[in-house]
Amino acid sequence: MASETDVHAPSGATGSGPPPMPTRLGRWRSELGQEGAKGALIAFASTVLFLGLVAVLVLTSDSWPKVQQQFLDPEAFRESWPEVAGGFWLDVRMFLVAEVLILVFALGVAVIRSLRGPAFFPLRVLAVVYIDLFRGIPLLLVILLLGFGVPALDIGGVPRDPIFWGVTALVLSYSAYTAEVYRAGIESVHESQRASALSLGLTQWQALRYAILPQAVRNVVPALLNGLVSLQKDVALVSVLGIREAVREAEIYTARTFNYTSFIAATVLFLLASIPVARFTDWYSRRDRARRSQAML
Amino acid sequence: MTGAGAVPDPATDAVTEEGRGPGAGTPRLVLEGVEKSFGPKQVLRGIDLRVSAHEVVCLIGPSGCGKSTLLRCINLLERIDAGRIVFEGEDISRPGVNANRIRRRMGIVFQAFNLFPHMTVLDNVTLGPRRALHQSRRDAETRTVELLERFGLADHAGEYPDRLSGGQQQRAAIVRSLIGDPELLLLDEVTSALDPELVGEVLSVIRDLARGGMTMVLATHEMGFARDVAHHIYFLHEGRVLESGPPEQLLSDPQQERTRQFLRRVIEAGRL
Repeated sequence: MASETDVHAPSGATGSGPPPMPTRLGRWRSELGQEGAKGALIAFASTVLFLGLVAVLVLTSDSWPKVQQQFLDPEAFRESWPEVAGGFWLDVRMFLVAEVLILVFALGVAVIRSLRGPAFFPLRVLAVVYIDLFRGIPLLLVILLLGFGVPALDIGGVPRDPIFWGVTALVLSYSAYTAEVYRAGIESVHESQRASALSLGLTQWQALRYAILPQAVRNVVPALLNGLVSLQKDVALVSVLGIREAVREAEIYTARTFNYTSFIAATVLFLLASIPVARFTDWYSRRDRARRSQAML
Repeated sequence: MTGAGAVPDPATDAVTEEGRGPGAGTPRLVLEGVEKSFGPKQVLRGIDLRVSAHEVVCLIGPSGCGKSTLLRCINLLERIDAGRIVFEGEDISRPGVNANRIRRRMGIVFQAFNLFPHMTVLDNVTLGPRRALHQSRRDAETRTVELLERFGLADHAGEYPDRLSGGQQQRAAIVRSLIGDPELLLLDEVTSALDPELVGEVLSVIRDLARGGMTMVLATHEMGFARDVAHHIYFLHEGRVLESGPPEQLLSDPQQERTRQFLRRVIEAGRL
């Protein structure tokens, strides 16, 4: 699918290239306003002033030493780091497995929901019921239900591993949302595209596969990336099952030492993982918008 | 059926002899009392229509008269509620007919959004042969390049549709519909979404096809073009054929008040 969706492949001899992308500097400048150098100076000065003021207020407050000791103790940070980082590695792995499964499973659900014809009615109903159900239940509740509830049934052959059920809960809950994202993408493709594909003699399935889905997916990449950022954080919810991922490890350390710096360690790790994805999403949406407005010229 | 035959067409027989296309007498497409509703709205109210081999038939009429729906019904993109569509002697409107098999023998081009924006022109044209007819990429591409050359698009084979002008896009869409050697080409207002200066190049392609003997049914607002290229014109109004005949008769001496009204408006808009 990738090769077919890449509109930026070299497309033969074209007279005029695309207009130059705005540079990073140019964008900052435009965010600062029209004044250029003078504007930059004012922005810089006011930022320094503002941050300095906040810093003075915080650092001179009576409770600052207490805050520092509770949350920003370098010793506690060093001590808790190995466990928290190890737990975070588990978060990363659970996230990766869940994300792949979500992207595949949700696409399947969205396709089923978009099927036409009376023969597919029961399947369509099933997809709608699933989506409504799992969008309506809080993720935490799904995790608890599956993670504690299913193993408690004690049915032979059913896995008891909390990691398995935690990831399953994430997949089920997130797929319901992601399926709706895909469906919006499918519906954003003009009806003539489907008719065109069918008129070439393609089957319904081929029309979907070759004509509709590549466009649909491309249209919702920003939304999918957004869901990805969200999932990165929500993975931590499976800690309620006693899985020793980053948050759980931080909690254990806190319970032992009554110092909350380990939570800050976990915070740093989650931010390090999510900020690049958030920036990438932003960059991609901007490029996508630029490309679309250019295509309309 | 109701209404469809409301206009007695004394000219038809005579016209079939002289005025109509070269293959008159062997109907390629016959519509009998075709009806179609969308919910409570009846769009087609019993359409009778006949297209001989190598004949060009134009459908004219105000927006919403059912032209587009009729073409979509012929291509089996919509199922009809009543009546029959007979294509090369086969009733293709009966239940259980394999729509893909029929569609491979027809081509259809829409007003806009024809080409797949995520594929090059070459891939757009070869998609059908490769996936529906299971031709090898090489065979499909050889034939496609030939056709693109014939229609002056060879230089654009590797380009994506958004790099082409609207006229080039529609010509590419026409090439794509021709790749399977259709026995019938359906054109649904293919110039309506184009800038005026791009209309000519698309019409000239259609004119060439007509000269080459392609059997076509086209819905159009270009009356001048219809007069030039059509062997027979049908005037549709509110889902019925109100009047039909050879262009010189229907456009110059319409029998129905509705037709006269419509043509007057068209002339006022400067399209005839």
